[in-house]
Amino acid sequence: MDIRIPVGTWIKSFFDWLEDSFSWFFEGLREVLIWMFDAVDWVFATPPALVVIALVAFGALLARGWRFAVGSVVGLLFIMSVNQWDNAIDSLALVLVAAFLAVAISIPLGIWAARNDTVSKIVKPVMDFLQTLPAFVYLIPALALFRVGVAPGIIATLIFAMAPGVRLTELGIRGVDKEVVEAGQAFGAHPRRILRQIQIPLAMPSIMAGINQIIMLSLSMVVIAGLVGARGLGGDVAQAISALNVGLGFEAGLSVVVLAILLDRFTASFGKGLGLYSRWRKSYVAKKEAEEQARFDAEIIEVGGPRRSPGGGAG
Amino acid sequence: MNDDTIALRAEGLYKVFGRHADEAVIQLHRGTPRDELPSGTTAAVIDASFEVRSGEIFVVMGLSGSGKSTLIRMLNGLHDATAGSVEVAGERITDIPAKRLREIRQKRISMVFQHFALLPHRTVLDNVAYGLEIQGMPLDERVARARKVTEIVGLKGWEEKHPAELSGGMQQRVGLARALAADTDVLLMDEAFSALDPLIRREMQDQLLELQAELGKTIIFITHDLNEAMYIGDRIAVMRDGRIVQIGSPEDILTNPANDYVEQFVQDVDRTKVLTAESVMRKPRAVVHVGAGPRAALTTMRDEQLAGAYVVNKDRTIVGWVRDRDVFDLVRRGEKDLAPVIQADHGAVATDTALADLFIPSLEAALPLGVLDGRSRLVGVIPRVTLLAALGGEPEAAATATPRPDPLPAEVVDKVLGAAVGARAAEPKEAV
Repeated sequence: MDIRIPVGTWIKSFFDWLEDSFSWFFEGLREVLIWMFDAVDWVFATPPALVVIALVAFGALLARGWRFAVGSVVGLLFIMSVNQWDNAIDSLALVLVAAFLAVAISIPLGIWAARNDTVSKIVKPVMDFLQTLPAFVYLIPALALFRVGVAPGIIATLIFAMAPGVRLTELGIRGVDKEVVEAGQAFGAHPRRILRQIQIPLAMPSIMAGINQIIMLSLSMVVIAGLVGARGLGGDVAQAISALNVGLGFEAGLSVVVLAILLDRFTASFGKGLGLYSRWRKSYVAKKEAEEQARFDAEIIEVGGPRRSPGGGAG
Repeated sequence: MNDDTIALRAEGLYKVFGRHADEAVIQLHRGTPRDELPSGTTAAVIDASFEVRSGEIFVVMGLSGSGKSTLIRMLNGLHDATAGSVEVAGERITDIPAKRLREIRQKRISMVFQHFALLPHRTVLDNVAYGLEIQGMPLDERVARARKVTEIVGLKGWEEKHPAELSGGMQQRVGLARALAADTDVLLMDEAFSALDPLIRREMQDQLLELQAELGKTIIFITHDLNEAMYIGDRIAVMRDGRIVQIGSPEDILTNPANDYVEQFVQDVDRTKVLTAESVMRKPRAVVHVGAGPRAALTTMRDEQLAGAYVVNKDRTIVGWVRDRDVFDLVRRGEKDLAPVIQADHGAVATDTALADLFIPSLEAALPLGVLDGRSRLVGVIPRVTLLAALGGEPEAAATATPRPDPLPAEVVDKVLGAAVGARAAEPKEAV
């Protein structure tokens, strides 16, 4: 009756084996991750806070318009005023590195899964597993393999955040109108070209939603990563928990919220044609088209046939 | 058969989805009906063989689920054939390397899709140029060509718009332009006009016929709409449950349906638009040579129990028609020449006149409506009863229906014929 399957022992010995056999690999990875984190951190931490805020506000104006710009200035000033600026920058750097890596892994994986049923059948349960396993549990082997610091935080965040990227990419590509893909095939396009010119562009909204989700999940993981000594807002939250410091906890927590809203709105605006930039672009394209058409009409009159000068680019 | 004139040939094509496809083909070949195949195995196309001649519009018609969409997708290799072969311009495209297949798709065979399948993120012009882009044509050249084709399909001024800004009919014009721009000999059209509303559909059909007459493309057109098939098709293949049940001209299919299924199918067709005078006309019975004289004419009319007759020259070209009462008078007067009573307004129609256009002439004509061939020879007549029988969809009835004659009573005619013989000497006195 008393059956005890020693799963824990097996997994432990597996990770021990990993640690013993591939410690050189994990050491190297740790160095790379720390270097990436420092690089991003340096970019945001070096200029004075107000300069960064001004730049973010300008970016917000281009991406979504003046309301978002005002909102981001208010939010960032709040972070500054509760003395969480440096922590916020650390967290931001961690999120950006983890999210970048998660995107770099999950999108190709999603594309592969979309094009190959076997891969899809393997990837799906793995992603279910990664997403449902309590996030804290990742931290334990990550700590063992990467030691305390930023690296285990990034790895745990990356694994936790990857799943929606893979899923939404696969879903997006599989959801592309079958007839349009057939059209590519019917005109003799190479599968790679169909992927590049038809499937990825048409799956873009879904892929962008995946990237957005990756970033949001990364941010939620940042706090947990604070427990393993990753610097940033998470560290303060962890400290506040252990000291039952409500004030500090909320200051750091609200800063996370501000960061989350900013990142969400930025990533959600990609490719949606909001903000100043897309308005400029639209008027530029329209003007160029009008010029092209005028030149083309003029040529028809001159040459008496639809010929184009070699200098004329595409519309 | 001369291979030059065959644009596309399909031989023994099978498409079976599911496991054990090859076994299923063998079973089907032996004659197992398709619904007796093991579950999980679906035969979409069964033993399809046909040839499409260069410059022809070949329509594949069938209800949904008849396998027509699968069939057309095998013709350019979008679906691999489970068995059988497809040749395009004499080159086999089944079981060839993917690279060669792509080349053939680029150069020989293009496609128009039911739901247009345009690239929504590209402008009309870039969509039209898509095939050329894949062929590797330089930018300037392909833009110029795309502009030209866009203009041909009537979309000048819309080049820089995106597909979403266009109506359905216009979007399909882009789809058509994209296929035309690729400049392939063969054009596959998969229910190309089915998603359009009826008025636009008719307009597109007319445009397709015009373009085809101008460019001489070979078109394979899939549709579930028999009227459409009849309207644009040179030849029609009717599909049912994966099999081709009949291949023939629209008139063939209407007048000689191969089986009950086709017959049921064609019941709803507007026959008056498909059938032509030629397909319902009957042998002209009362025909009189212009030099035959009144007596011969009257005898013919009496024998055939007709109230009038067409008058033709020796080579059967039409001169006009005569009424029996007029000829009767001539005979009574002992005249030798038919000419004075020949009426020129014979109202005959050409062989390719649609049934729909026969009603008014038929009403106006005093005799069964005459049918003339290209050289004005009288090749047939259409009595009104035949016209009505043809509408009813019963070819046999059309052939056997007898017109109701309204001739002079035979005794009267006999009397005057006899009297004329006896009274020949006295003829001048008999003048009225």
